[in-house]
Amino acid sequence: MALTALFFYLFAGVTVMSGLLVIVARNPVHAVLWLILAFFNAAGLFVLLGAEFLAMILVVVYVGAVAVLFLFVVMMLDVDFAELRAGFIKNASVGALVGLVLLVELIAVLGYRVIGGAVSGAVRAAPAPVPGSGITNTEAIGRLLYTKYVYFFQGAGLILLVAMIGAIVLTLRHKEGVRRQSISAQNARTPAMAIEVVTLAPGQSIIPGRERQG
Amino acid sequence: MDIGLGHYLTVAACLFTLGIFGIFLNRKNVIIILMSIELMLLAVNINLVAFSSFLGDLTGQVFALFVLTVAAAEAAIGLAIVVVYFRNRGTIAVEDINMMKG
Repeated sequence: MALTALFFYLFAGVTVMSGLLVIVARNPVHAVLWLILAFFNAAGLFVLLGAEFLAMILVVVYVGAVAVLFLFVVMMLDVDFAELRAGFIKNASVGALVGLVLLVELIAVLGYRVIGGAVSGAVRAAPAPVPGSGITNTEAIGRLLYTKYVYFFQGAGLILLVAMIGAIVLTLRHKEGVRRQSISAQNARTPAMAIEVVTLAPGQSIIPGRERQG
Repeated sequence: MDIGLGHYLTVAACLFTLGIFGIFLNRKNVIIILMSIELMLLAVNINLVAFSSFLGDLTGQVFALFVLTVAAAEAAIGLAIVVVYFRNRGTIAVEDINMMKG
């Protein structure tokens, strides 16, 4: 149990610290790298909570896709980031005020209300598998996702499809003056269109006026 | 010392506050703002998974999965808009984005 507490404080501390460094980093590339560290440690927290599948998905989707996407965009755009940081200190006071109010409110809610405790099995919408029953976390989520939440699952797929098409449509540029392959024209070609049989007399050239002399 | 639900909720509250703080701090840089939104969504996910684990109900984890999906879609669309905007205007300063105001 002490080991669990140790790992909790390790993961939680690194997550919050790297979250702080994401927003104060001078270089946006460093900010993305701190974001990746925060995601990895949040995945560690998920493992401690017994949500192994979500932890792996967090690493694969967030670190593997979203953070790398951020990295590509930061590196691709030639932006003067120093200029964008103007007014950093001026905004910090307002931001600190809002953040402090929010944090105090959230902590107050946590302190006031002790959530958790005994929830009877009948109340649960989808009881988690008891440890040692042979059903893994991934299997239990799969059983739930493909039965009870199958429409939501399909909706999530639809959202991703729309996002993919939207991103492609937004960033696709149709350049003028680029020679492209015309597949229909290629397929419509017949030997009759492509080949011409010419009978030539000896010494005669195909090109008119270029007959070989002598 | 036992790690309870409150510990995880505190971590999530700190991360969420950092996300809000980040939006105010980097008010000009839209990429950092998008990263702050990702931090806030991560905090929400930690909350959902913590409740799911401590209440013994898998629904929270399924919800976190959907939040993850929407976050990925949002990041893709947001960054695509940033790229198109930069291509047209040559800057990504947020205060210059007022072409659509009425």
